[in-house]
Amino acid sequence: MLATAHGLLLAASTTTHVDYVAWTTFVVAAAIVLAGAVGVVVARNPVHSALMLVMTLFGVAVLFVLQRADFLAVVQVIVYAGAIVVLFLFVIMFLGVDRQENVAIEPLRGQRPLAVALVALGATGLLLLGEVSKWTTGAPSVAGSTDTSTSNVAQLGRSVYTTYLFPFEVTSALLVIAVVGAVVLARRPPAVANPPGDGGTEDVTGEDPSVSDLAVEEAYAASRPAEPTDEAHGEVAP
Amino acid sequence: MTAVNGAINGGINGAWYLSLAAVVFAIGAFGLLIRRNVLVMFMCIELMLNAANLTFVTFANMLHDIGGQVLVFFVLVVAAAEVVVGLGIVVAIFRRRANATADDLHLMKG
Repeated sequence: MLATAHGLLLAASTTTHVDYVAWTTFVVAAAIVLAGAVGVVVARNPVHSALMLVMTLFGVAVLFVLQRADFLAVVQVIVYAGAIVVLFLFVIMFLGVDRQENVAIEPLRGQRPLAVALVALGATGLLLLGEVSKWTTGAPSVAGSTDTSTSNVAQLGRSVYTTYLFPFEVTSALLVIAVVGAVVLARRPPAVANPPGDGGTEDVTGEDPSVSDLAVEEAYAASRPAEPTDEAHGEVAP
Repeated sequence: MTAVNGAINGGINGAWYLSLAAVVFAIGAFGLLIRRNVLVMFMCIELMLNAANLTFVTFANMLHDIGGQVLVFFVLVVAAAEVVVGLGIVVAIFRRRANATADDLHLMKG
C-alpha cells in the first residue's frame, strides 16, 4: 500500500499541489488503523484486543483531524478511547475472562472459509461500488457547509441545535433508557431471604424509586428459578 | 491545511479514506464472524462503527456538508448506549456461567 500511495503521490505532484505533511500523516495513520484492526481480530487475549482497539481509535481520530473534523476527533478520543474501551477493560477484568482463547479450534465446520469468502465478496463489492457509482446526488445541503470561516465546533453546534434538534432530544431519551437498562441488567439478584425493597442492593443502584421498584420486581421474578447458579458465580470472581 | 474544492484535501483524494474505511469494515465483519469471545465480538462491532464514522466524515469533507459530522455525533451516542446495554447483558450472562462463548448461548434461558 505504501508503494501505491507513493506512486499516486508522484502522479499527483505533477498536476496539483501536494501536501506532503498531509500525505505522510494519512499513510502513518492508515497503517496504525489497519494494524490495530487486524490486532483486534487476531489477538488471543481480550485485553490485547481492547488495547489494539484503542490504537485503531486513535488512528481514526488522526484521520478526523486530517479532514477538519476537530470536535469529532476530540470526542472520539474522550468517548471511545476514554469511556467505551475503559468500560470494556473494566468488564474483562471484573469478570476474569482475560484468559487466552484457543483460536485454532473451529467449532463450526467450514465457518472460517465461508467467513473469508463472504467478507472478501462484501469488501470487493464496496470497493467496486466506490469505483463505478456516483458519489454525489447533486442535492443541496440542508445542514450547513463546512466552511473554514467559522470553527468546526460552532458549525456542528449550530447544526445539532437547529436542524437536528429533535434527533438530539431523542438521543437523550435513548441514553436514559440505556442507563436504566444497564442498571437493571447488572444488579445482583436479591438474596432469597430478603424480599425486594429492603435489601442493601437497592441503595447501591441509587436510581429513582418509582423506576427501580418495577425493575426490581422484574429482575427478582426472573432470577428466582435459577438461584443455585450463584455457586458458579463464586468461581468466576472469587 | 488549505481548503481546496472537490474531493481533494491536502492532495489526498477522498477515495483513499473510503477505501481504508471499507477495509476496516471488512476486518471488523470478519472478526465478528470468526471470534467466539463475546467481548471481542463487541470490539469488532466497534471497528465496523468506526469505519462507518470515517466514511461519514470523509463525505462531509468531500461535499462540504456538516451533516455527515452530525451523523457521526449521533452514531457515537448510539454506540455508547449499545455498549452499555451490551456489556450489561454480558455481565448478566457471565454471572450465571463461568466460561461462556457465543456458542454456549443458544438458549433464550440463562
